[in-house]
Amino acid sequence: MREENQNRMASEAAPGNEALLTIEEETQKYLEGIKFRDDDFEFQHSGEFEHIDTNFASQSYWKDAFARFKANKGAVVGFFCIVILIILALAGPHMNEYTYDQQNIILQNMAPRVPELEKLGIFDGSEILRTTRGSKLINQYTTPGNENLYFWFGTDSLGRDVWTRTWMGTRISLYVAVVAVICDLLIGVTYGLISGYFGGKVDIVMQRIVEVLNSIPYLVTVTLLLLILSPGLLSITLALVITGWLSMSRIARAEILKLKEREYILASRTLGAKNFWIIFREALPNMIGPLITQTMFSIPHAIFTEAFLAFIGLGVPEPMASLGSLISSGYKNFTTHPYMIMAPMIVMAILMLSFTMFADGLRDALDPKMKEM
Amino acid sequence: MKKYILKRLLISVITLLVIILVLFLMLQFMPGSPFNDEKLSADQVASMRKAYGLDKPVIVQFLIYVKKVLTGDLGVSYSISQNTPITTLLSTRVPVSFRMGVNAVIIGALLGMLLGIAAALHHNSALDTICTVISVLGVSLPSYVFGLILAYFFSYRIRVLPLLYDQARVISSTFLPTLALSMFTIATVARFTRSSMLEVLDSEFMLLAESKGITGPALIFRHALRNVMISVITVLAPLVVDLMIGSLVIEQIFAIPGIGTLMVSSIQSNDYNVTIAIALIYSIMYIGVMLIVDILYGIIDPRIRLTKTQN
Repeated sequence: MREENQNRMASEAAPGNEALLTIEEETQKYLEGIKFRDDDFEFQHSGEFEHIDTNFASQSYWKDAFARFKANKGAVVGFFCIVILIILALAGPHMNEYTYDQQNIILQNMAPRVPELEKLGIFDGSEILRTTRGSKLINQYTTPGNENLYFWFGTDSLGRDVWTRTWMGTRISLYVAVVAVICDLLIGVTYGLISGYFGGKVDIVMQRIVEVLNSIPYLVTVTLLLLILSPGLLSITLALVITGWLSMSRIARAEILKLKEREYILASRTLGAKNFWIIFREALPNMIGPLITQTMFSIPHAIFTEAFLAFIGLGVPEPMASLGSLISSGYKNFTTHPYMIMAPMIVMAILMLSFTMFADGLRDALDPKMKEM
Repeated sequence: MKKYILKRLLISVITLLVIILVLFLMLQFMPGSPFNDEKLSADQVASMRKAYGLDKPVIVQFLIYVKKVLTGDLGVSYSISQNTPITTLLSTRVPVSFRMGVNAVIIGALLGMLLGIAAALHHNSALDTICTVISVLGVSLPSYVFGLILAYFFSYRIRVLPLLYDQARVISSTFLPTLALSMFTIATVARFTRSSMLEVLDSEFMLLAESKGITGPALIFRHALRNVMISVITVLAPLVVDLMIGSLVIEQIFAIPGIGTLMVSSIQSNDYNVTIAIALIYSIMYIGVMLIVDILYGIIDPRIRLTKTQN
């Protein structure tokens, strides 16, 4: 070790002029007078000098996103509301003995009555009947034969159980949500990726088509389409498929335009990868954040479109029910029997609200740069 | 600038022609016919088809239609109000819908911007929370839910405003529907104004303006607002479409004699000349709004104008 030191000193003094040489000689003399012990020197990268910084450890993208998502209270609440609504939509119609299309005109316009809650004086089946001559409290469950009946959300003007119909309607809304997601991912993403990746003439033609489709108000497309086809679940699906993917294709195109200039795409191409491989295996996984976010935002939009179609009479045909058609048939007598519209309206509001909050939270979590935009 | 406007105008015209073609072709495939009456004999139907020009080839029908549209003739109604020119049908209804729509946009933009600016200036306060709650509710609830809630409380329970449209009391009877219609606009505009205002307030040119001694309203309105306006205009354009859809439903609820109710009844009675005319009006309004927005963009922000002409 001593020799090593001397050598280093010597090499540092390599420019070798007279003054330095004398210094070197002096140093040598000085060093000769010192004895080194074994523990005077230590290797730098050994033992306790090494430690892992746990405070600022790098985390994977998904772990990071999950942490950000958890911190957003609204998003978590939204997520749990969605889960609860899905469970109720699946189990709800089987929770009592009524079916969604079972009519009983004797039991029409019954107010909500829930066991246990009725003892507290709410939901006991009584409703206030307001007329121009004053108001009166009535309870249809007191008539003989009805004492043991419980309609949790009441019945509609044909005596059908609103609870069952509400959850059947929620099923339709959730089905529409699934359709929106699928057509966003299949059509929208593929269209956007192809248009953006190949560029040039392909892009020009594809973008003009999008521009024209985009400047037709989707209200016009959807209503006209439903006029040509007969109203029903299939035509609603088709209407959503035709109009739903436009905004997604724009996002996917913008993303691939950004990504295709990256070095790793160039590297992949140099290694001989085909276009298909580059688009779907190299680029797609790197834009998954914005795509998921956009999908989530298209769900409330699709549910809203279905509800709007149902409202103007182009929804699922009777006796099937969707939340929109329940609201549209309930609003005709919402001044006399507001409970008929209350249940589907509240479920719809919670559904839309939770999907919006969930999507907001997902965007902030997956794409923090986009926050608040 | 002139070249940019001309180019945008050309694209709009082409789009409009394509839309007319698409609408026309779609309507060719529609089921049902206004002549489905069993009392009509085959001869009578044939002569009626001839009178309306429905016996000619599709392409000729289309060209005739385009020519008529360009001269302002939208044809006659088949079944809602027989042989009445559609322009007459529309002339009383368009002003009603138009006034309500414009009012909703103005109320929505003004209230939304006020709310957004107030929330941004008092960032992280109770006011900010209220703004967030209003914008989340407004964005996620359909306008007819608001319409029904407003109608229930203000027209039915407290009875301060009329429930249905009343020609004698236009302002008070369109107040609730306009408010319900503008809810979505208020929410979206407030949200965007808040976030872009926060961004602008944080920027260096605002610091410079402040250090030059500009304070109070002058700072907010002359320096910050101009930058905020760009993002507000961006969101306002697509909102017009939502307003159209909202108006279809809102007009039904409040029984307003606008084009929305006419469109729904034309759909239900297979009066496709009326449907196509209203669809066309919606499209023209939409394209017009898009055009205005693009031009406004160019005026407010020269950077956009430059990049768009380069393409």
